[in-house]
Amino acid sequence: MTTTLAPIRTPVSTVASRGETTVDLLRSEWTKIRSLRSTLWSLLVLVLATLGFTALFTALTVAQWATTAPATKAQILADPGRMALGAGFQLGQLAVCVLGVLVVTGEYSSGTIRASLLAVPTRTTMLAAKAAVFAILIFIVGELTAIPTFFLGAAILHSHAPVSITDPGVLRAVIGAGLYLAVLAVFAVAIGALIRHTAGAITGIIGFVLVLSPLTQLLPGSIGKHIHGYLPSEAGSLVASPHQGVNDVLTPWQGFGVFCLETVVLIGAAAYLLRSRDA
Amino acid sequence: MTPSPVREHTLEKTMIEVHDLSKSYHGKLVVDRLSFTVQPGRVTGFLGPNGAGKSTTMRLIVGLDHPASGSATIGGRRYDQLSRPLRVVGALLDAESVHPGRSAHNHLLFLAQSQGLPRTRVSEVLDLVGLHDVATDRAGTFSLGMRQRLGIAVALLGDPEVLILDEPINGLDPDGIFWIRNLLKDLASQGRTVFVSSHLMGEMAVTADNLIVIGRGQLIADCSTEKFIQHSSHKSVLVKSSDPDRLRAVLVDAGGQISGEISGQISGQGDEGVVVRSLDARHIGELAAHAGIVLWELSPQLASLEEAFRELTHDNRDFSAPTAAQPGADRVPVPAISEPAGSTR
Repeated sequence: MTTTLAPIRTPVSTVASRGETTVDLLRSEWTKIRSLRSTLWSLLVLVLATLGFTALFTALTVAQWATTAPATKAQILADPGRMALGAGFQLGQLAVCVLGVLVVTGEYSSGTIRASLLAVPTRTTMLAAKAAVFAILIFIVGELTAIPTFFLGAAILHSHAPVSITDPGVLRAVIGAGLYLAVLAVFAVAIGALIRHTAGAITGIIGFVLVLSPLTQLLPGSIGKHIHGYLPSEAGSLVASPHQGVNDVLTPWQGFGVFCLETVVLIGAAAYLLRSRDA
Repeated sequence: MTPSPVREHTLEKTMIEVHDLSKSYHGKLVVDRLSFTVQPGRVTGFLGPNGAGKSTTMRLIVGLDHPASGSATIGGRRYDQLSRPLRVVGALLDAESVHPGRSAHNHLLFLAQSQGLPRTRVSEVLDLVGLHDVATDRAGTFSLGMRQRLGIAVALLGDPEVLILDEPINGLDPDGIFWIRNLLKDLASQGRTVFVSSHLMGEMAVTADNLIVIGRGQLIADCSTEKFIQHSSHKSVLVKSSDPDRLRAVLVDAGGQISGEISGQISGQGDEGVVVRSLDARHIGELAAHAGIVLWELSPQLASLEEAFRELTHDNRDFSAPTAAQPGADRVPVPAISEPAGSTR
């Protein structure tokens, strides 16, 4: 231990261009994300839960085929790609929700937020960098999950409801699964930044993604159908389905657009509060 | 006492300027129109009782909290106007600002990257604070002292011109305290601006060249440490004699106030001493000679920083005086043993 502070050998300018600081920030946020074990675990859960539940649901569907109601059969046959992808992602997406919330609330609970804001006092920039890095990571892992998930699901369904990657809309749906998860990642970061407490934020986002959807389905008539259709997770996940279903009020890209808008509003609110609140 | 700063050529003179700063939480005023300047090239101590607003003031300076009114600038700029702030200001505000699951190395690395600092700088500061061997351990396994060292490493990471440290010796062992004391003096002698809060008066007496004292969010004193002790303390005289009872009577008759006693056990010499106020040493000597009392010791005392501080911040409901120079009518009783200021140096 010495008491002499060595000057930094490579002179670093205290004035940096916007481009330089952006790259610095993204690297910094990437270091933050990769240096926590919860990242690795959550991503493993995303991959394994998605693959596992797709295998389980498609296998059960095939096993029960003889006793399945004709209406259900018709629904599956109309869009087997939705079944192959959707079954697993319904649960796998929760890992993205939890990790996205933790990426922010973990900073508040540990106090790292103060270190972060001392380093980057322009708070919205910090939030933007964090959301961007996390969204890119989730897009990549999401695709790495979606591709094998589709082929696994398709292989299991093959005997009764064949679907190919070259079928109309299927490739878009496989890419869309990653897109949906990437925007969901930003949505989760926004919820984390708004609520700032882990338990509350996780409850909040699970409520949005899992609870609200069946609740709104209970609403009567066309209003209920539209509210349900415009819910973030309902609208957003349409892009991960090859075809627009009979009950979908939006097309896949419309749905994705609605989800993006909702996410922009939410992250905007989070940025506004981050700026105005004491850290 | 004005130390002549030895400036590194790369360092700029960067002052912290706080102007008319106020902040309230839930309607309660925590910082109340505070104004002061922290100069480079010396260690400035920031003193005040618990809840005086020291930490809040520091948080306002670095932009973590937003002031209700007034401003705080570093080198003339607001903290959020600095483009790579850790290169200008190093702050230790709270040892609890590291994720327990992240290693010390990775914590420093993400901060270094955010400032465009080279990776090698991380190892340098880890060496400096003595955490090199535990650099890859998760910070959750660290003791308070280790977290405090990590916080100091963070503050020094950007080789900053200004250091703002909130209670840096908290949790450090005696070796660590000695180390940080020298480190702070060293940093100041290089021309840096060093602003350190503490509730330990003794520590500030040894470390700080200047003091800023606040109570209830208001400025109480802003002067050199020496001047603070001199001005805010009444002088007293320690007298030891063969006949303490008679001496006491003589001194009281002459208008002296006996403000404390030292028993033989404490002084370790089998004699008794009294601490006298309102009479100077010369007068006491003459009185004793006149009464035929043998004096064994007759030494003027300077109140310690701690005493001066206690006096100033005592019952700070009534604080309205902006300076420390006016002695109040009601004095806090001086403790039995008044430590000469010289002994803490």
